[in-house]
Amino acid sequence: MSATSSLAPPDGGREVEPAAGKAPRSRGDRVFAGTARAAGIAILVALAGVFVFLTVEGLPGLSQTAATYTPNTSFLSYVAPLLFGTVLAAVLALLLAVPFAFGIALFISHYAPRRLAVPVAYVVDLLAAVPSVVFGLWGARSLAPYLVGAHDWLAAHLGWLPFFDGPASVTGRTVFTAGIVLAIMVLPIITAISREIFAQTPRLNEEAALALGATRWEMIRLTVFPYARSGMVSAVMLGLGRALGETMAVAMVLSASPVVTLNLISNTNPATIASNIASSFTEATPAKLHVLIATGLVLFAFTFAVNFAARWVVGRSARRMAR
Amino acid sequence: MSTTELAVQDVTTSLRLAQPRLPRWAPALVGVLAVAAAGLPALLLGWGLVPWLFLAAVLFLVVLPLWSLAVENARAAVDRLMTSLVWTTFGVAMIPLAWLIWTVVKNGASVISIEFLTFDMRNIVSDGGGIYHALLGTLLVTGAAALISVPVGLFAAIYLVEYGKGSRLAKWVTFLVDVMTGIPSIVAGLFALALFVLIFGPEIRLGFGGSVALSLLMIPIVVRSTEEMLRLVPDDLREASYALGVPKWRTITKVVLPTSLGGIITGVMLAVARVIGETAPLLVVAGKTDSVNMNLFNERMTTLPVYIYYQFTQPGVAPAGTGGDAPGIARAWGAALVLIAIVMVLNLIARLVGKIYAPRKG
Amino acid sequence: MAKSIDVSDLNIYYGDFLAVEGVNMTIKARSVTAFIGPSGCGKSTMLRSLNRMHEVIPGARVEGKIMVDGQSLYDASIDPVAVRRQIGMVFQRPNPFPTMSIYDNVLAGNRLNAKKLSKSEGDTIVERSLQAANLWTEVKDRLNKPGMGLSGGQQQRLCIARAIAVEPQVLLMDEPCSALDPISTSAIEDLIHELKSDYTIVIVTHNMQQAARVSDDTGFFNLKATGEPGHLVEFNPTKKMFTNPDQESTEAYISGRFG
Repeated sequence: MSATSSLAPPDGGREVEPAAGKAPRSRGDRVFAGTARAAGIAILVALAGVFVFLTVEGLPGLSQTAATYTPNTSFLSYVAPLLFGTVLAAVLALLLAVPFAFGIALFISHYAPRRLAVPVAYVVDLLAAVPSVVFGLWGARSLAPYLVGAHDWLAAHLGWLPFFDGPASVTGRTVFTAGIVLAIMVLPIITAISREIFAQTPRLNEEAALALGATRWEMIRLTVFPYARSGMVSAVMLGLGRALGETMAVAMVLSASPVVTLNLISNTNPATIASNIASSFTEATPAKLHVLIATGLVLFAFTFAVNFAARWVVGRSARRMAR
Repeated sequence: MSTTELAVQDVTTSLRLAQPRLPRWAPALVGVLAVAAAGLPALLLGWGLVPWLFLAAVLFLVVLPLWSLAVENARAAVDRLMTSLVWTTFGVAMIPLAWLIWTVVKNGASVISIEFLTFDMRNIVSDGGGIYHALLGTLLVTGAAALISVPVGLFAAIYLVEYGKGSRLAKWVTFLVDVMTGIPSIVAGLFALALFVLIFGPEIRLGFGGSVALSLLMIPIVVRSTEEMLRLVPDDLREASYALGVPKWRTITKVVLPTSLGGIITGVMLAVARVIGETAPLLVVAGKTDSVNMNLFNERMTTLPVYIYYQFTQPGVAPAGTGGDAPGIARAWGAALVLIAIVMVLNLIARLVGKIYAPRKG
Repeated sequence: MAKSIDVSDLNIYYGDFLAVEGVNMTIKARSVTAFIGPSGCGKSTMLRSLNRMHEVIPGARVEGKIMVDGQSLYDASIDPVAVRRQIGMVFQRPNPFPTMSIYDNVLAGNRLNAKKLSKSEGDTIVERSLQAANLWTEVKDRLNKPGMGLSGGQQQRLCIARAIAVEPQVLLMDEPCSALDPISTSAIEDLIHELKSDYTIVIVTHNMQQAARVSDDTGFFNLKATGEPGHLVEFNPTKKMFTNPDQESTEAYISGRFG
């Protein structure tokens, strides 16, 4: 190809005056620009397609015969416990993951000696690369049996809280365990984003705080957190979006039933929308398939709302900082 | 002058730099003492390693700040508490990773053999069998997904950076790419399923459907990373090329893309690594089979993650008398080890490529 | 309240790299001492080692002695946090905290000390510090506006107000005017003159006229050769330095023959 410029007859580009923006463009230019534009439009079409096809295949799922929704009777009563389970598991995961994620992010950006910070950041990225099915396998086969003791302990000592109102599961395959697995899975996402924002704190501001006689923690409170606040919020929201949509880890860890309960450690656990799709999918009749797709649409709308809220928060504070 | 009043008022102040401080080895000492003190009940009550270390960490987090409070001051104590907490979070977070890798390697390594890698699961009821069909499926499905998403993602990024600056379409594309990154993977699978069901009827399952679902997840990653790389190319370079009379598309293919090639390849590899482990969409649309299927457009096709899932949920029965785990569980661990290895190798290569092609500094 | 500083045989390192070698000097109380010299000769490094800001950079360390009011700054019993509280610093570029108002910026250092400030105490400190920094009249009606909204020169004076609000003994200034226009520069120089009666001031500057205008003593730093560490060539009263320097290289630098 390197010879083209000398051998090929000069294409239209030779005639284009670089200064004249409105000069007629060569055919190659038009084709190339058109292709690029088409790719952009393809993304629009693809997302529109997601909405359209999910709606077309999902809408019939709202009005099937009552038997399709066993053990419930209508779509709303079918999806409500699933949505509850989804939120419960995701919130639990966030409660566990967020303090650790911020801690590790601070560790990498401000506490660790350089020689340690780089490999730790790398290891956290590796954690993000582990496929969810492997997390599920590990959670169900290794973590759950290990946590049986913790379940017993929680039931015995914190049983007065509705969350730990036993009887403790003997397999450990509960929302509690699923929440921990989910927490480990969203941890790297929150860590990666907040670590980058923490590291972007202007050095001048940090030095100003230190020069006033701030301890390291005071410096972080005075300069890093105010600077990173919106980024931290959006990191958490993105983690939440991920936790809401995660399928396999929950499907493999939980032994689920359609219940609404805050009890995290018993044998009856609410499924999540995603895990319910995965586990009821194989035996689904065409009618049930519509119902499952409709629940998928609900999940999509829900995660979309969460992600949208996250971007809105970030955008708003970006505008405020710009003023 | 108010400052002079100030000076008079403070004239007796002497410099107090020397304040009582804990020795440098204080954290180490407290650490050792905490582990030792927690060891006593641990030994007496027969605790495991985890409760012991947990108690030690709690002791450390209480004792060091208290000591600091007694000797130094409240601010130093808070600082020491936060430093200890940050280090603790780091230590605790390393546990699951180490544990997970160790478990997968321990359980998986004994399973992997030539047979495991070269046999499929046809007519296997108990022992034996392998992941050959799943490996092939993964390669085909992911490969096809990459074939779809790399051109689309690459050109979309070129559009955003080189052509669409500020246009309404570009704004929409940017926004929708954001939306796409947030699509739960199972929703992507349901979309592909809904698409093919609408065309071919409710019983349709095919490998290509998996590719469509995966490319929906892959495109935003490719667009994002490519966009970022293209933006790193300085405008001077483009202008230098225009000034030579080179048309825009030639400038992009000959100057801009080669300059950012390393970064783009890294982004694509990371995207592949990310979707190669996806289970849910393939479970839904590509289904599962026990035999080798080389045709993306016909019949079900098993991939490695789905294989793991089914070996886990339907492990079969252990051969009579052995009393061990069901054979499926062992195969699941073996497949998990292979899958992790593939993902790690992809990540490693991606980083290597990124390093090799990284623009020379200085 | 102002203190003198004695530096003896000071070597400053970044990791294994020796940046500044063998510095000896005495910085007098209630006076202005200027550090001049070409870029990269270690003036700023020297300044930052005077309040232990140098060690904020990973791997940075110091050998030798710095005595302030009879106490060794780098003694194991010395808390760098206490040092920085007593030896304030103003940086090359104005760096008010972007999320804080003017009022909160001035009080940022005072609020670090655990004791609660009452509203009236806070108001007093803010007014006193802003007046000392010659900024009060300009901002007194908008104390609750963000500090980033001020002009560069005002921001720099806000940073000076912030530094003196905690009543330090010594004020270090690292090229405080290099990012400012001439009018703001002269405002800061006037301020330095006024502050001299209460504080020991050390200022790093690239601008020789500025050194001549504001300082009582001047230290000239230079590299022995390219790649060699920086060192203190000459330390003398500013008048002598600019009229009859001891060293030939000082004269060469001041008269503009190099640097």
